[in-house]
Amino acid sequence: MSSDRQVAVLGVGMHPWGKWGRNFVEYGIVAARAALADAGVDWRDIQFVSGADTMRNGYPGYVSGATFAQALGWQGAQVASSYAACASGVTALATARAQILAGFCDVALVVGADTTPKGFLAPNAGERGDDPDWLRFRLLGATNPTYFGLYARRRMDLYGATSDDFAMVKAKNSKHGAANPNARYRDVVDIDAVRTSPIVADPLRLLDICATSDGAAAIVVSSMEYARAHGHASPARIVGLSTVTPSYPNPVIELPNFATDSAVGFDAAPTTGFKDSITPHAYEEAGVGPGDLDLAEVYDLSTALELDWYEHIGLCDPGEAEKLLRAGDTAIGGRIPVNASGGLASFGEAVPAQAIAQVCELTWQVRGEAGDRQVDGAKVGLSVNQGLFGHGSAVIVTK
Amino acid sequence: MTRTRVPAVDGWFTMDEAAPALIGARGVDSGSYFFPKAVATSANPAAPFEEREDVALSRRGRVWSYTTNHYKPPAPYVAADPFEPYTVLAVELEQEQMIVLGPLATGADPEQLRVGMEVELVLGPLYSDDDHEYVVWQWAPVA
Repeated sequence: MSSDRQVAVLGVGMHPWGKWGRNFVEYGIVAARAALADAGVDWRDIQFVSGADTMRNGYPGYVSGATFAQALGWQGAQVASSYAACASGVTALATARAQILAGFCDVALVVGADTTPKGFLAPNAGERGDDPDWLRFRLLGATNPTYFGLYARRRMDLYGATSDDFAMVKAKNSKHGAANPNARYRDVVDIDAVRTSPIVADPLRLLDICATSDGAAAIVVSSMEYARAHGHASPARIVGLSTVTPSYPNPVIELPNFATDSAVGFDAAPTTGFKDSITPHAYEEAGVGPGDLDLAEVYDLSTALELDWYEHIGLCDPGEAEKLLRAGDTAIGGRIPVNASGGLASFGEAVPAQAIAQVCELTWQVRGEAGDRQVDGAKVGLSVNQGLFGHGSAVIVTK
Repeated sequence: MTRTRVPAVDGWFTMDEAAPALIGARGVDSGSYFFPKAVATSANPAAPFEEREDVALSRRGRVWSYTTNHYKPPAPYVAADPFEPYTVLAVELEQEQMIVLGPLATGADPEQLRVGMEVELVLGPLYSDDDHEYVVWQWAPVA
Protein backbone atom coordinates (compact mmCIF):
# COMPACT_ATOMS: atom_id res chain seq x y z
CA MET A 1 0.00 0.00 0.00
CA SER A 2 1.28 3.48 -0.77
CA SER A 3 2.54 5.11 2.40
CA ASP A 4 -0.17 7.77 2.41
CA ARG A 5 -2.79 5.04 2.92
CA GLN A 6 -1.19 3.63 6.06
CA VAL A 7 -1.92 4.43 9.68
CA ALA A 8 0.45 4.08 12.60
CA VAL A 9 -0.22 1.91 15.62
CA LEU A 10 1.10 4.09 18.41
CA GLY A 11 0.00 2.00 21.33
CA VAL A 12 -1.76 -1.21 22.28
CA GLY A 13 -3.09 -2.54 25.56
CA MET A 14 -5.31 -5.19 27.11
CA HIS A 15 -7.11 -6.16 30.23
CA PRO A 16 -6.22 -9.82 30.84
CA TRP A 17 -8.87 -12.33 29.71
CA GLY A 18 -10.65 -14.33 32.41
CA LYS A 19 -13.84 -14.48 34.46
CA TRP A 20 -13.49 -11.48 36.70
CA GLY A 21 -17.12 -10.71 37.49
CA ARG A 22 -16.86 -6.99 36.91
CA ASN A 23 -18.42 -4.46 34.54
CA PHE A 24 -17.19 -4.47 30.95
CA VAL A 25 -16.47 -0.73 31.16
CA GLU A 26 -13.85 -1.35 33.84
CA TYR A 27 -12.03 -3.76 31.55
CA GLY A 28 -12.21 -1.35 28.64
CA ILE A 29 -10.76 1.48 30.66
CA VAL A 30 -7.82 -0.64 31.82
CA ALA A 31 -7.07 -1.58 28.20
CA ALA A 32 -7.51 2.00 26.99
CA ARG A 33 -5.18 3.42 29.63
CA ALA A 34 -2.59 0.77 28.78
CA ALA A 35 -2.78 1.63 25.08
CA LEU A 36 -2.57 5.38 25.78
CA ALA A 37 0.44 4.86 28.05
CA ASP A 38 2.09 2.63 25.44
CA ALA A 39 1.48 5.36 22.84
CA GLY A 40 2.60 8.19 25.06
CA VAL A 41 -0.61 10.03 24.18
CA ASP A 42 -2.71 11.92 26.73
CA TRP A 43 -6.39 10.92 26.67
CA ARG A 44 -7.35 14.58 26.22
CA ASP A 45 -5.46 14.63 22.92
CA ILE A 46 -7.48 11.76 21.42
CA GLN A 47 -9.65 13.23 18.66
CA PHE A 48 -11.81 10.22 17.81
CA VAL A 49 -13.09 7.35 19.94
CA SER A 50 -14.22 4.19 18.21
CA GLY A 51 -16.00 1.64 20.39
CA ALA A 52 -16.65 -2.01 19.54
CA ASP A 53 -20.07 -2.82 20.98
CA THR A 54 -21.19 -5.64 23.23
CA MET A 55 -24.75 -7.02 23.13
CA ARG A 56 -24.60 -8.63 26.57
CA ASN A 57 -24.25 -5.63 28.86
CA GLY A 58 -27.36 -3.56 28.32
CA TYR A 59 -27.56 -0.15 26.74
CA PRO A 60 -24.03 1.02 27.64
CA GLY A 61 -22.77 -1.82 25.47
CA TYR A 62 -24.73 -0.63 22.41
CA VAL A 63 -23.11 2.81 22.61
CA SER A 64 -19.69 1.66 23.70
CA GLY A 65 -17.78 4.55 22.14
CA ALA A 66 -19.61 7.06 24.29
CA THR A 67 -19.57 4.72 27.29
CA PHE A 68 -15.78 4.46 27.22
CA ALA A 69 -15.41 8.19 26.49
CA GLN A 70 -17.55 9.03 29.49
CA ALA A 71 -15.64 6.66 31.75
CA LEU A 72 -12.32 8.11 30.62
CA GLY A 73 -13.69 11.64 31.10
CA TRP A 74 -15.68 13.63 28.54
CA GLN A 75 -13.27 15.69 26.48
CA GLY A 76 -15.26 16.45 23.33
CA ALA A 77 -13.77 13.88 20.95
CA GLN A 78 -15.75 12.67 17.97
CA VAL A 79 -17.19 9.22 18.57
CA ALA A 80 -18.57 6.12 16.86
CA SER A 81 -19.87 2.76 18.09
CA SER A 82 -19.78 -0.35 15.91
CA TYR A 83 -21.34 -3.77 16.15
CA ALA A 84 -20.34 -6.55 13.78
CA ALA A 85 -20.33 -9.58 16.10
CA CYS A 86 -16.85 -11.14 16.16
CA ALA A 87 -15.72 -8.57 13.58
CA SER A 88 -16.76 -5.59 15.75
CA GLY A 89 -13.21 -4.74 16.75
CA VAL A 90 -11.95 -4.47 13.20
CA THR A 91 -15.05 -2.59 12.11
CA ALA A 92 -14.30 -0.06 14.86
CA LEU A 93 -10.67 0.03 13.72
CA ALA A 94 -11.73 0.51 10.08
CA THR A 95 -13.88 3.47 11.13
CA ALA A 96 -10.97 5.07 12.96
CA ARG A 97 -8.63 4.43 10.02
CA ALA A 98 -11.07 6.03 7.58
CA GLN A 99 -11.39 9.13 9.76
CA ILE A 100 -7.61 9.46 9.91
CA LEU A 101 -7.00 8.82 6.20
CA ALA A 102 -9.79 11.24 5.27
CA GLY A 103 -8.06 13.89 7.34
CA PHE A 104 -10.92 14.33 9.81
CA CYS A 105 -8.68 13.47 12.73
CA ASP A 106 -5.04 12.71 13.47
CA VAL A 107 -5.19 10.30 16.39
CA ALA A 108 -7.89 7.88 17.54
CA LEU A 109 -8.58 5.35 20.28
CA VAL A 110 -10.24 2.01 19.48
CA VAL A 111 -11.64 0.01 22.42
CA GLY A 112 -13.58 -3.24 22.80
CA ALA A 113 -14.55 -5.01 26.01
CA ASP A 114 -16.98 -7.69 27.10
CA THR A 115 -18.28 -9.81 29.91
CA THR A 116 -19.65 -13.11 28.69
CA PRO A 117 -21.74 -15.60 30.64
CA LYS A 118 -20.48 -19.16 30.95
CA GLY A 119 -21.67 -21.69 28.43
CA PHE A 120 -23.15 -21.43 24.96
CA LEU A 121 -23.70 -18.05 23.40
CA ALA A 122 -27.48 -17.63 23.10
CA PRO A 123 -29.78 -15.49 20.96
CA ASN A 124 -31.56 -12.40 22.20
CA ALA A 125 -34.49 -13.07 24.51
CA GLY A 126 -38.17 -13.09 23.57
CA GLU A 127 -40.25 -14.82 20.91
CA ARG A 128 -38.31 -13.84 17.80
CA GLY A 129 -39.93 -15.79 15.00
CA ASP A 130 -38.40 -13.66 12.26
CA ASP A 131 -34.83 -13.78 13.61
CA PRO A 132 -32.74 -16.59 12.12
CA ASP A 133 -30.39 -16.43 15.10
CA TRP A 134 -33.35 -17.24 17.40
CA LEU A 135 -34.88 -19.76 15.01
CA ARG A 136 -31.71 -21.82 14.63
CA PHE A 137 -31.76 -22.48 18.37
CA ARG A 138 -35.51 -23.02 18.47
CA LEU A 139 -35.87 -25.38 15.53
CA LEU A 140 -32.50 -27.15 15.39
CA GLY A 141 -30.68 -26.54 18.66
CA ALA A 142 -27.95 -25.34 16.32
CA THR A 143 -25.50 -23.82 18.78
CA ASN A 144 -22.27 -22.29 17.50
CA PRO A 145 -20.38 -25.56 18.22
CA THR A 146 -22.97 -27.36 16.06
CA TYR A 147 -21.66 -25.48 13.03
CA PHE A 148 -18.06 -26.04 14.16
CA GLY A 149 -18.83 -29.76 14.46
CA LEU A 150 -20.22 -29.83 10.91
CA TYR A 151 -17.05 -28.20 9.56
CA ALA A 152 -14.80 -30.53 11.57
CA ARG A 153 -16.61 -33.69 10.41
CA ARG A 154 -16.42 -32.44 6.84
CA ARG A 155 -12.67 -31.90 7.22
CA MET A 156 -12.21 -35.45 8.44
CA ASP A 157 -14.23 -36.88 5.60
CA LEU A 158 -12.75 -34.74 2.85
CA TYR A 159 -9.11 -34.53 3.91
CA GLY A 160 -8.57 -37.37 6.37
CA ALA A 161 -8.08 -35.10 9.37
CA THR A 162 -8.14 -36.93 12.69
CA SER A 163 -9.21 -36.02 16.19
CA ASP A 164 -5.54 -36.09 17.12
CA ASP A 165 -4.83 -33.41 14.52
CA PHE A 166 -7.45 -31.24 16.17
CA ALA A 167 -5.98 -31.99 19.60
CA MET A 168 -2.54 -31.06 18.30
CA VAL A 169 -3.85 -27.56 17.47
CA LYS A 170 -4.97 -27.15 21.08
CA ALA A 171 -1.66 -28.46 22.39
CA LYS A 172 0.25 -26.02 20.18
CA ASN A 173 -1.86 -23.01 21.11
CA SER A 174 -1.79 -23.84 24.81
CA LYS A 175 2.00 -23.86 24.66
CA HIS A 176 1.95 -20.45 23.01
CA GLY A 177 -0.62 -19.11 25.47
CA ALA A 178 1.39 -20.31 28.46
CA ALA A 179 3.84 -17.53 27.58
CA ASN A 180 1.17 -14.83 27.34
CA PRO A 181 0.35 -12.89 30.53
CA ASN A 182 -2.95 -11.70 29.02
CA ALA A 183 -4.22 -15.21 28.28
CA ARG A 184 -6.86 -16.78 30.50
CA TYR A 185 -5.58 -20.36 30.23
CA ARG A 186 -1.87 -20.64 30.96
CA ASP A 187 -1.49 -24.40 31.39
CA VAL A 188 0.12 -26.46 28.67
CA VAL A 189 -2.47 -29.00 27.48
CA ASP A 190 -1.35 -32.26 25.91
CA ILE A 191 -3.15 -34.30 23.28
CA ASP A 192 -4.38 -36.80 25.86
CA ALA A 193 -6.19 -34.10 27.81
CA VAL A 194 -8.12 -33.11 24.67
CA ARG A 195 -8.81 -36.76 23.80
CA THR A 196 -10.35 -37.43 27.19
CA SER A 197 -12.39 -34.24 27.51
CA PRO A 198 -16.18 -34.61 27.07
CA ILE A 199 -17.68 -34.58 23.58
CA VAL A 200 -19.60 -31.37 22.85
CA ALA A 201 -20.50 -31.52 19.15
CA ASP A 202 -18.79 -34.57 17.75
CA PRO A 203 -16.11 -34.91 16.58
CA LEU A 204 -15.26 -31.88 18.72
CA ARG A 205 -14.59 -32.17 22.42
CA LEU A 206 -14.67 -29.59 25.16
CA LEU A 207 -10.99 -28.71 24.76
CA ASP A 208 -11.43 -28.36 20.98
CA ILE A 209 -13.86 -25.48 21.45
CA CYS A 210 -13.02 -22.02 22.73
CA ALA A 211 -14.56 -20.78 25.95
CA THR A 212 -16.28 -17.44 26.47
CA SER A 213 -14.41 -14.88 28.54
CA ASP A 214 -14.28 -11.39 29.96
CA GLY A 215 -11.58 -9.22 28.44
CA ALA A 216 -10.68 -5.97 26.75
CA ALA A 217 -8.25 -4.63 24.19
CA ALA A 218 -7.45 -1.17 22.87
CA ILE A 219 -5.34 0.46 20.19
CA VAL A 220 -4.20 4.04 19.60
CA VAL A 221 -3.88 4.73 15.87
CA SER A 222 -2.73 7.89 14.13
CA SER A 223 -1.66 9.38 10.86
CA MET A 224 1.97 8.77 9.92
CA GLU A 225 2.58 12.53 10.23
CA TYR A 226 1.20 12.60 13.77
CA ALA A 227 3.33 9.57 14.67
CA ARG A 228 6.54 11.20 13.43
CA ALA A 229 5.70 14.51 15.11
CA HIS A 230 5.20 12.72 18.43
CA GLY A 231 8.38 10.73 18.62
CA HIS A 232 7.36 7.53 16.82
CA ALA A 233 9.99 7.40 14.08
CA SER A 234 9.26 3.84 13.01
CA PRO A 235 5.91 2.71 14.40
CA ALA A 236 4.03 -0.49 13.62
CA ARG A 237 1.69 0.26 10.75
CA ILE A 238 -1.66 -1.02 9.50
CA VAL A 239 -1.08 -1.56 5.80
CA GLY A 240 -4.14 -3.62 4.88
CA LEU A 241 -7.63 -4.09 6.27
CA SER A 242 -10.66 -5.99 5.07
CA THR A 243 -14.30 -5.81 6.11
CA VAL A 244 -15.79 -7.51 3.04
CA THR A 245 -19.15 -9.26 2.90
CA PRO A 246 -19.49 -12.68 1.26
CA SER A 247 -19.90 -13.00 -2.49
CA TYR A 248 -22.97 -14.74 -3.88
CA PRO A 249 -23.40 -17.67 -4.09
CA ASN A 250 -21.59 -18.63 -0.88
CA PRO A 251 -21.49 -22.44 -0.99
CA VAL A 252 -20.61 -22.99 2.69
CA ILE A 253 -23.22 -23.21 5.43
CA GLU A 254 -22.60 -20.25 7.74
CA LEU A 255 -23.79 -19.26 11.17
CA PRO A 256 -26.73 -18.59 11.71
CA ASN A 257 -28.18 -19.71 8.39
CA PHE A 258 -30.42 -22.70 7.68
CA ALA A 259 -29.18 -23.12 4.12
CA THR A 260 -26.44 -21.99 1.78
CA ASP A 261 -26.99 -19.91 -1.30
CA SER A 262 -28.03 -21.93 -4.31
CA ALA A 263 -25.48 -22.16 -7.11
CA VAL A 264 -28.18 -22.63 -9.72
CA GLY A 265 -27.94 -20.09 -12.50
CA PHE A 266 -24.15 -19.84 -12.40
CA ASP A 267 -22.04 -21.24 -15.19
CA ALA A 268 -19.36 -22.66 -12.97
CA ALA A 269 -19.84 -24.07 -9.51
CA PRO A 270 -18.46 -21.62 -6.95
CA THR A 271 -15.16 -22.73 -5.54
CA THR A 272 -14.71 -20.27 -2.74
CA GLY A 273 -16.72 -19.49 0.32
CA PHE A 274 -16.79 -16.46 2.57
CA LYS A 275 -13.69 -17.35 4.57
CA ASP A 276 -11.68 -17.58 1.35
CA SER A 277 -12.74 -14.11 0.29
CA ILE A 278 -11.83 -12.12 3.42
CA THR A 279 -8.05 -11.83 3.23
CA PRO A 280 -7.54 -11.10 -0.50
CA HIS A 281 -8.81 -7.54 0.00
CA ALA A 282 -6.33 -6.97 2.84
CA TYR A 283 -3.49 -8.55 0.85
CA GLU A 284 -4.30 -6.32 -2.09
CA GLU A 285 -4.33 -3.17 0.01
CA ALA A 286 -1.04 -4.13 1.62
CA GLY A 287 0.64 -5.29 -1.56
CA VAL A 288 1.70 -8.54 0.10
CA GLY A 289 0.66 -12.17 -0.17
CA PRO A 290 0.49 -15.17 2.14
CA GLY A 291 4.14 -15.95 1.36
CA ASP A 292 5.21 -12.65 2.89
CA LEU A 293 3.67 -13.36 6.29
CA ASP A 294 5.83 -14.04 9.33
CA LEU A 295 2.87 -14.93 11.53
CA ALA A 296 -0.92 -15.06 11.55
CA GLU A 297 -3.59 -14.73 14.23
CA VAL A 298 -6.67 -16.66 13.11
CA TYR A 299 -10.02 -17.14 14.81
CA ASP A 300 -9.76 -20.62 16.32
CA LEU A 301 -13.30 -20.88 17.63
CA SER A 302 -12.52 -24.57 17.32
CA THR A 303 -9.27 -26.43 16.75
CA ALA A 304 -10.54 -27.77 13.42
CA LEU A 305 -11.48 -24.28 12.33
CA GLU A 306 -7.89 -23.13 12.79
CA LEU A 307 -6.89 -25.72 10.19
CA ASP A 308 -9.58 -24.42 7.83
CA TRP A 309 -8.16 -20.92 8.19
CA TYR A 310 -4.65 -22.04 7.07
CA GLU A 311 -6.24 -22.75 3.72
CA HIS A 312 -8.65 -19.82 3.65
CA ILE A 313 -5.83 -17.30 4.13
CA GLY A 314 -3.56 -19.00 1.60
CA LEU A 315 -0.90 -20.59 3.79
CA CYS A 316 -1.46 -23.85 1.92
CA ASP A 317 -3.80 -25.53 -0.55
CA PRO A 318 -7.10 -27.05 0.58
CA GLY A 319 -6.44 -30.33 2.35
CA GLU A 320 -2.84 -29.48 3.24
CA ALA A 321 -3.37 -27.84 6.64
CA GLU A 322 -2.71 -31.00 8.64
CA LYS A 323 0.67 -31.35 6.91
CA LEU A 324 1.66 -27.86 8.04
CA LEU A 325 0.50 -28.58 11.56
CA ARG A 326 2.20 -31.97 11.84
CA ALA A 327 5.46 -30.55 10.46
CA GLY A 328 5.44 -27.90 13.18
CA ASP A 329 5.29 -25.13 10.59
CA THR A 330 2.57 -23.26 12.49
CA ALA A 331 4.19 -23.48 15.92
CA ILE A 332 6.51 -20.76 17.20
CA GLY A 333 9.87 -21.61 15.69
CA GLY A 334 8.20 -22.99 12.57
CA ARG A 335 7.89 -21.47 9.13
CA ILE A 336 4.67 -19.51 9.73
CA PRO A 337 3.55 -19.51 13.36
CA VAL A 338 -0.23 -19.30 13.80
CA ASN A 339 -1.79 -17.96 16.99
CA ALA A 340 1.46 -17.14 18.72
CA SER A 341 -0.72 -15.35 21.27
CA GLY A 342 -2.30 -18.66 22.22
CA GLY A 343 -5.37 -17.83 20.18
CA LEU A 344 -8.93 -18.21 21.32
CA ALA A 345 -7.91 -21.59 22.72
CA SER A 346 -5.94 -19.76 25.41
CA PHE A 347 -8.06 -16.63 25.67
CA GLY A 348 -11.68 -17.69 25.28
CA GLU A 349 -13.75 -15.35 23.19
CA ALA A 350 -14.62 -11.84 24.39
CA VAL A 351 -16.51 -10.91 21.24
CA PRO A 352 -15.91 -7.16 20.65
CA ALA A 353 -12.40 -7.27 22.11
CA GLN A 354 -11.04 -10.29 20.27
CA ALA A 355 -10.31 -8.81 16.84
CA ILE A 356 -8.59 -5.86 18.56
CA ALA A 357 -6.59 -8.29 20.70
CA GLN A 358 -5.40 -10.00 17.52
CA VAL A 359 -4.01 -6.67 16.27
CA CYS A 360 -2.40 -6.02 19.67
CA GLU A 361 -0.55 -9.32 19.34
CA LEU A 362 0.62 -8.54 15.81
CA THR A 363 1.88 -5.17 17.04
CA TRP A 364 3.87 -6.65 19.92
CA GLN A 365 5.28 -9.26 17.55
CA VAL A 366 6.45 -6.89 14.81
CA ARG A 367 7.97 -4.64 17.49
CA GLY A 368 9.84 -7.64 18.92
CA GLU A 369 8.14 -7.15 22.29
CA ALA A 370 6.33 -10.48 22.60
CA GLY A 371 8.65 -11.95 25.22
CA ASP A 372 8.81 -15.74 25.44
CA ARG A 373 6.32 -16.14 22.58
CA GLN A 374 8.26 -13.88 20.21
CA VAL A 375 8.34 -15.01 16.58
CA ASP A 376 11.92 -14.41 15.48
CA GLY A 377 12.26 -11.62 12.96
CA ALA A 378 8.50 -10.99 12.71
CA LYS A 379 7.90 -8.13 10.28
CA VAL A 380 4.53 -8.83 8.68
CA GLY A 381 1.51 -10.27 10.47
CA LEU A 382 -2.07 -11.00 9.48
CA SER A 383 -5.16 -11.29 11.67
CA VAL A 384 -8.44 -12.71 10.41
CA ASN A 385 -11.89 -13.53 11.61
CA GLN A 386 -15.52 -13.42 10.61
CA GLY A 387 -18.55 -11.79 12.22
CA LEU A 388 -22.01 -13.33 12.33
CA PHE A 389 -24.12 -13.05 9.15
CA GLY A 390 -21.27 -11.70 6.99
CA HIS A 391 -18.74 -9.28 8.42
CA GLY A 392 -15.27 -10.00 7.14
CA SER A 393 -12.35 -8.95 9.33
CA ALA A 394 -8.67 -9.00 8.46
CA VAL A 395 -5.76 -6.71 9.29
CA ILE A 396 -2.17 -6.70 8.10
CA VAL A 397 0.38 -5.11 10.42
CA THR A 398 3.98 -4.46 9.53
CA LYS A 399 6.92 -2.51 10.81
CA MET B 1 -55.51 -37.69 24.88
CA THR B 2 -54.33 -37.02 21.37
CA ARG B 3 -52.34 -33.93 20.71
CA THR B 4 -52.86 -32.05 17.47
CA ARG B 5 -49.78 -32.06 15.24
CA VAL B 6 -48.90 -28.54 14.17
CA PRO B 7 -45.78 -27.12 12.51
CA ALA B 8 -43.23 -25.57 14.89
CA VAL B 9 -42.79 -22.79 12.37
CA ASP B 10 -45.36 -21.60 9.84
CA GLY B 11 -44.79 -21.85 6.13
CA TRP B 12 -41.42 -23.60 6.08
CA PHE B 13 -42.64 -27.08 5.13
CA THR B 14 -45.78 -28.90 4.07
CA MET B 15 -47.65 -31.03 6.60
CA ASP B 16 -48.05 -33.86 4.12
CA GLU B 17 -47.28 -36.71 6.52
CA ALA B 18 -46.47 -39.20 3.78
CA ALA B 19 -44.28 -36.99 1.63
CA PRO B 20 -43.48 -33.68 3.30
CA ALA B 21 -41.38 -31.06 1.56
CA LEU B 22 -39.55 -27.91 2.53
CA ILE B 23 -41.12 -24.83 0.98
CA GLY B 24 -38.49 -22.67 -0.62
CA ALA B 25 -38.57 -19.93 -3.19
CA ARG B 26 -37.18 -19.77 -6.69
CA GLY B 27 -36.20 -16.58 -8.46
CA VAL B 28 -38.16 -16.38 -11.70
CA ASP B 29 -35.23 -14.72 -13.53
CA SER B 30 -32.14 -16.28 -11.95
CA GLY B 31 -33.53 -19.73 -11.20
CA SER B 32 -31.74 -19.61 -7.83
CA TYR B 33 -33.37 -21.29 -4.86
CA PHE B 34 -33.83 -19.77 -1.43
CA PHE B 35 -34.63 -21.31 1.97
CA PRO B 36 -36.28 -20.36 4.18
CA LYS B 37 -38.37 -18.03 2.07
CA ALA B 38 -38.65 -14.95 4.17
CA VAL B 39 -35.94 -15.05 6.82
CA ALA B 40 -32.34 -14.04 6.20
CA THR B 41 -32.07 -15.45 2.73
CA SER B 42 -29.76 -14.05 0.11
CA ALA B 43 -30.72 -12.37 -3.08
CA ASN B 44 -28.85 -13.04 -6.26
CA PRO B 45 -27.10 -9.69 -6.80
CA ALA B 46 -27.56 -10.06 -10.55
CA ALA B 47 -31.31 -10.16 -9.98
CA PRO B 48 -31.93 -8.51 -6.60
CA PHE B 49 -35.50 -7.44 -7.32
CA GLU B 50 -36.68 -10.52 -9.16
CA GLU B 51 -40.01 -12.07 -8.31
CA ARG B 52 -39.95 -15.32 -6.41
CA GLU B 53 -42.32 -18.22 -6.58
CA ASP B 54 -42.93 -20.81 -3.90
CA VAL B 55 -41.42 -24.15 -4.71
CA ALA B 56 -41.17 -27.50 -2.96
CA LEU B 57 -37.51 -28.37 -2.49
CA SER B 58 -36.17 -31.82 -3.33
CA ARG B 59 -37.18 -34.36 -0.72
CA ARG B 60 -33.96 -36.31 -1.05
CA GLY B 61 -30.37 -35.22 -0.71
CA ARG B 62 -26.94 -36.40 0.37
CA VAL B 63 -25.29 -35.85 3.73
CA TRP B 64 -22.68 -33.06 3.50
CA SER B 65 -21.83 -33.30 7.19
CA TYR B 66 -23.38 -34.06 10.58
CA THR B 67 -22.75 -33.59 14.27
CA THR B 68 -24.27 -34.88 17.48
CA ASN B 69 -24.66 -32.39 20.31
CA HIS B 70 -23.96 -33.82 23.76
CA TYR B 71 -24.72 -30.72 25.82
CA LYS B 72 -28.09 -29.14 26.44
CA PRO B 73 -28.35 -25.99 24.34
CA PRO B 74 -29.80 -22.76 25.68
CA ALA B 75 -33.40 -21.63 25.17
CA PRO B 76 -35.34 -21.19 22.99
CA TYR B 77 -34.50 -24.84 22.19
CA VAL B 78 -36.93 -27.02 24.14
CA ALA B 79 -34.74 -29.89 25.25
CA ALA B 80 -35.97 -33.33 26.26
CA ASP B 81 -36.06 -33.85 30.03
CA PRO B 82 -33.83 -35.61 30.85
CA PHE B 83 -31.66 -34.21 28.10
CA GLU B 84 -30.73 -36.51 25.24
CA PRO B 85 -28.05 -35.91 22.62
CA TYR B 86 -29.43 -34.79 19.27
CA THR B 87 -27.98 -34.75 15.80
CA VAL B 88 -27.98 -32.01 13.17
CA LEU B 89 -27.34 -32.78 9.52
CA ALA B 90 -26.24 -30.60 6.63
CA VAL B 91 -27.73 -32.05 3.47
CA GLU B 92 -26.76 -31.26 -0.10
CA LEU B 93 -29.64 -30.97 -2.58
CA GLU B 94 -28.52 -31.78 -6.09
CA GLN B 95 -31.13 -29.97 -8.14
CA GLU B 96 -31.06 -26.84 -5.98
CA GLN B 97 -27.24 -26.91 -5.59
CA MET B 98 -27.57 -25.86 -1.98
CA ILE B 99 -27.07 -27.25 1.51
CA VAL B 100 -29.94 -27.33 4.00
CA LEU B 101 -29.69 -28.09 7.74
CA GLY B 102 -32.12 -30.27 9.64
CA PRO B 103 -32.35 -32.62 12.60
CA LEU B 104 -31.81 -36.35 12.24
CA ALA B 105 -35.11 -38.26 12.14
CA THR B 106 -36.41 -39.24 15.56
CA GLY B 107 -35.23 -42.75 16.41
CA ALA B 108 -32.57 -42.94 13.68
CA ASP B 109 -29.11 -44.03 14.77
CA PRO B 110 -26.48 -41.30 14.34
CA GLU B 111 -23.78 -43.98 14.28
CA GLN B 112 -24.98 -45.09 10.87
CA LEU B 113 -24.47 -41.66 9.32
CA ARG B 114 -21.80 -41.18 6.66
CA VAL B 115 -20.93 -38.20 4.53
CA GLY B 116 -22.47 -38.76 1.11
CA MET B 117 -25.28 -41.09 2.20
CA GLU B 118 -28.78 -40.46 0.90
CA VAL B 119 -31.42 -39.04 3.22
CA GLU B 120 -35.09 -38.17 2.83
CA LEU B 121 -37.29 -35.52 4.39
CA VAL B 122 -39.75 -36.61 7.08
CA LEU B 123 -41.71 -34.88 9.82
CA GLY B 124 -40.99 -35.51 13.48
CA PRO B 125 -41.68 -34.11 16.94
CA LEU B 126 -39.72 -31.11 18.21
CA TYR B 127 -41.58 -30.48 21.49
CA SER B 128 -45.12 -30.56 22.79
CA ASP B 129 -47.55 -28.96 25.21
CA ASP B 130 -50.86 -30.20 26.59
CA ASP B 131 -52.76 -29.76 23.34
CA HIS B 132 -50.18 -29.76 20.56
CA GLU B 133 -47.25 -31.67 19.23
CA TYR B 134 -45.02 -29.21 17.39
CA VAL B 135 -43.33 -30.88 14.45
CA VAL B 136 -40.26 -29.99 12.44
CA TRP B 137 -38.65 -31.28 9.26
CA GLN B 138 -36.08 -34.03 9.75
CA TRP B 139 -33.70 -36.02 7.61
CA ALA B 140 -34.04 -39.81 7.63
CA PRO B 141 -31.43 -42.16 6.14
CA VAL B 142 -32.82 -43.94 3.08
CA ALA B 143 -32.89 -47.66 3.74
